[in-house]
Amino acid sequence: MNLHVPQPIVSVRDLSVHFHSASKIISAVNGVSLTVARGESVALIGESGSGKSVTLRSLMRLHPEKTTAIKGRIEIDGADVMTMSSSTLSAFRGSVTSMIFQEPLLAFDPVYTVGEQIIESVRRHCRLSRKDARAVALEALRSVRIPSPEQRLEAYPHEMSGGMRQRAMIALALACKPRLLLADEPTTALDATVQIQILLLLRELQREMGLSIIFVTHDIGAAVEIADRVAVMYGGRIVEEAPLATLLANPCHPYTVALLSSRPEGGLSKGSRLETIPGSPPDLSRLPEGCAFAARCKYASEACKKSFPGRVAVSPEHYVSCHRFPESA
Amino acid sequence: MNALVTPDLGGPAQPLLKVSSLVKHFPVKGPLGKKAVVRAVDNISFTVQKGETLGVVGESGCGKSTTARVLMQLITQDRGELIFDAAEVNSHQLPLRDFRRQVQMVFQDSYSSLNPRLTIEQSIAFGPRVHGLSPAVALARARELLAKVGLEPVRFAGRYPHELSGGQRQRVNIARALALEPRLVVLDEAVSALDKSVEAQVLNLLLDLKKSLDLTYVFISHDLHVVRYMSDRILVMYLGEVVEIGPAEALFTRAAHPYTRALLSSMPSMDPAQRTLASPLTGDPPSPIDPPSGCRFHTRCPHAEAACRISKPLLFPTGEHHEAACLMSIPSSGHSRSPRGDQSMRHTP
Ligand SMILES: Nc1ncnc2c1ncn2[C@@H]1O[C@H](COP(=O)(O)OP(=O)(O)OP(=O)(O)O)[C@@H](O)[C@H]1O
Ligand SMILES: Nc1ncnc2c1ncn2[C@@H]1O[C@H](COP(=O)(O)OP(=O)(O)OP(=O)(O)O)[C@@H](O)[C@H]1O
Ligand SMILES: [Mg+2]
Ligand SMILES: [Mg+2]
Repeated sequence: MNLHVPQPIVSVRDLSVHFHSASKIISAVNGVSLTVARGESVALIGESGSGKSVTLRSLMRLHPEKTTAIKGRIEIDGADVMTMSSSTLSAFRGSVTSMIFQEPLLAFDPVYTVGEQIIESVRRHCRLSRKDARAVALEALRSVRIPSPEQRLEAYPHEMSGGMRQRAMIALALACKPRLLLADEPTTALDATVQIQILLLLRELQREMGLSIIFVTHDIGAAVEIADRVAVMYGGRIVEEAPLATLLANPCHPYTVALLSSRPEGGLSKGSRLETIPGSPPDLSRLPEGCAFAARCKYASEACKKSFPGRVAVSPEHYVSCHRFPESA
Repeated sequence: MNALVTPDLGGPAQPLLKVSSLVKHFPVKGPLGKKAVVRAVDNISFTVQKGETLGVVGESGCGKSTTARVLMQLITQDRGELIFDAAEVNSHQLPLRDFRRQVQMVFQDSYSSLNPRLTIEQSIAFGPRVHGLSPAVALARARELLAKVGLEPVRFAGRYPHELSGGQRQRVNIARALALEPRLVVLDEAVSALDKSVEAQVLNLLLDLKKSLDLTYVFISHDLHVVRYMSDRILVMYLGEVVEIGPAEALFTRAAHPYTRALLSSMPSMDPAQRTLASPLTGDPPSPIDPPSGCRFHTRCPHAEAACRISKPLLFPTGEHHEAACLMSIPSSGHSRSPRGDQSMRHTP
């Protein structure tokens, strides 16, 4: 191995994830390759249903083995995640890689208090005594600015507001000081004042602990605050990838362009309609041969329907997968 | 299709909903196992006009969802009353069953609000069936609504909630809320799980439906851009209380309460070269079990003075249809920045 190039924390090659249900196969992820450097923060944005959450969950092997077919290579912190035994996997979750879920209610079991669950997880993943685990849990709740953390340890998940549950979940995820944080829309349930605090906190952890982050978000503003790089997903593939400022200044994939222009931000006067993308998202059980966006794309040509476009470098760190590039940009 | 629709009773000038002195506390175990209460909603009053969208914003945990759940009567208030189109809710004039049909809610948590054992078309058809539509008519309506929210019925109608993405599930929830043709829809973080292009679709859809079905919305969201775009008026809550209410544009351009101003300046920067460096609001949110005396925001307010710890500011006009609860806006309140003496806007408490 080349000693001068530090090993990336995440290296995913040709990941595909297909779900088998009674009548069909859903191709949720179809050849994702992604590298994340140590200490880097990558935002994953893209259409609802484009496979962002499924990709993240795959990195921790959280999909039910029976009904899921996963292919490709996933290496995290030098370890091959695909071949991990279940005991290795359980030690790996929480201590090396940790995840914040999109729906906080799913992360907590309603019958135990939030405190019990954080303490239990800390004991298991950081191998600490109960007393030490409690101290770590309290510290974690404090770090995400939960008011009266001692009392909140005794609260049941339903007794917390949505935002508070989200913060508790972030505390749970960060308690064991993982090296990689997978955050699935960690701030969508939070108000602006807490959101900015959490984003600043994640940025601080990134700087101080060298934490690497893959961050799924729909909020370009949140990505602007935290991401070094952005990957745009559509139909289970990464269609464009670039450093944040580059992507905002020069989006090249027609989907990225459409996505960036459909925000109700800044100066949009009331009564004017928001821009949307015509047509509907691809049917993942019957994906087209070619580019999944072709049916909705105003630049689409015959070639777009026939084959999936390869990755083209726009500039050294900026890649796009579009047959019509550069005309489309 | 119109079998369920209820006529407008009091005319357009009559508020659709009038909320007076609403209180909801939750009993919890306090320190050392002593009994305590979370003052989730602590004496709030406001009206919702027919056909308007009232935006509701505020810090996480300030009581927005609790307010919404009381409006829906999913939980009962400890005190206060709800007047819906001139009729008191839960009286013989307006029994709960009739009220519930006219008010629907879309929840924050898209997953737990759908029954995992029902296909999504069954979920949507469920309400109309309970209210007496035949199974065939209810299913037909469900499919129509699925198409309206952008989920092709042939592909999606037979799916179960776990087979959908978060955004797809949330659109099912919107379809389900509209199935009974309600008059008031309470949207609690209804679009926050959606990607921006679908969000734009759903917001356009909500505006279209509002017009074509004569709907009134209470729109709770953390996304201030979206709230500004959607709302006619905005209500700002802090720790169980209303601290400011006013027309959307006035609130965004002339916010009077320091909490509102901190909230607005917490919006993420859209420029990677100018990231936010420090959070505009510091300090811990106070405990709703033992809220601060006087103005509840005084523990974190950059302008707090002795008077703020003692007197509780009530809502006071700061502009046309615009009110804020801050001693700095109330004449002779004892705050050094309070407007003095004979102001044109006199307040009679
Ligand atoms: N367990 C499963 N079984 C079958 N299909 C699934 C399963 N989990 C996800 N899917 C499907 O896979 C696709 C990708 O889902 P995913 O949750 O990754 O979307 P997403 O990009 O995170 O969207 P959102 O922004 O709405 O959260 C969706 O079409 C979803 O319906
Ligand atoms: N059933 C309950 N038992 C005890 N406390 C509760 C209960 N439901 C809510 N609370 C508390 O009441 C307060 C208000 O909660 P609510 O869910 O209304 O906040 P919110 O404004 O909707 O917050 P968010 O923006 O995070 O969704 C919070 O402190 C919450 O922990
Ligand atoms: Mg997702
Ligand atoms: Mg809420």
